[in-house]
Amino acid sequence: MNVVRAIIAELVALFVDDWTFAAAVLAWLAVVGLFARTISVPSFWHGIVLFGGLAGILIESVTRRAGTP
Amino acid sequence: MISYWSHIGPTVGASFLASMVEFVEALTVVLAIGTTRGWRSALAGAGIALFVLALLVLALGPALATIPLQPLQLVIGVLLLLFGMRWLRKAILRSAGVIPLHDESAAYAKQTAAMRATPRATTAWDSVAMLGAFKITMLEGIEVVFIVIALGSGGAGLLGSAILGAAAALAVVIALGLALHRPLSRIPENLLKFIVGLLLSAFGTFWTGQGLGIPWTGGDWSIMTLVAGFAFAAGLALVLAHSARRRQRAGEAA
Repeated sequence: MNVVRAIIAELVALFVDDWTFAAAVLAWLAVVGLFARTISVPSFWHGIVLFGGLAGILIESVTRRAGTP
Repeated sequence: MISYWSHIGPTVGASFLASMVEFVEALTVVLAIGTTRGWRSALAGAGIALFVLALLVLALGPALATIPLQPLQLVIGVLLLLFGMRWLRKAILRSAGVIPLHDESAAYAKQTAAMRATPRATTAWDSVAMLGAFKITMLEGIEVVFIVIALGSGGAGLLGSAILGAAAALAVVIALGLALHRPLSRIPENLLKFIVGLLLSAFGTFWTGQGLGIPWTGGDWSIMTLVAGFAFAAGLALVLAHSARRRQRAGEAA
């Protein structure tokens, strides 16, 4: 039973070790999904907006964690 | 249509490097168990786990091929993105000295002490050793299974490439373990995690975009652009993390 519990915990930990970071990534994907369906801009920008937000979330999360004692 | 080199090369590479990281961690614990409690039970535990993991890949891989590609790419893309960006973030924080580096020698010493503290088995098969080896191989191997399935489900022919990368990593780690009989502490684990994080983040972004119906300029070759983009962002994050850490230390000293 302990082995099964450890495997489930490991499965969750595969994707999340900082809940704020994971939630920000998911929220951004939802925003871009909505943006891609509702706002009419050249399709070239969709990929740039998707990547730009993810890069921004990464940089913000790392900088915030590094500045935390 | 998948362009051969833009998908196959990164798939084999990402699968090989990611699996290498996981197998090195499993090898450390299996070595500690084998050295302290005997090889028969340790190798049996690890072997059974590898068999179960191989069955998982063989069962799940072809089953995913029956799901329509676009929703599958969205789900797998999101999971890959969470997985890859988590590794990338951790590797940056370790490089900046914010969190400690993973130390295989320390892990080996800790596991060896734990195994010595447990009473010896009186039967031919040591259940503590067997279960310990099974557990660590399953735990690390589940991550390999996810990576192989995720990378392999992006298109036709990719599952074989992902399996090839993981199998090659397993062969390399087993060969090194047999030759050295000690933890592979010289393997630059954090650098490997950094590179894998870049590759998986790029794949995850690309497939999530595909799943959301976003057309990528440059088609499959956008993956390379995304790798470069994430490398730039990670480099910038590392510089800013160093700077934040210096400011924090200066604040503590004042």
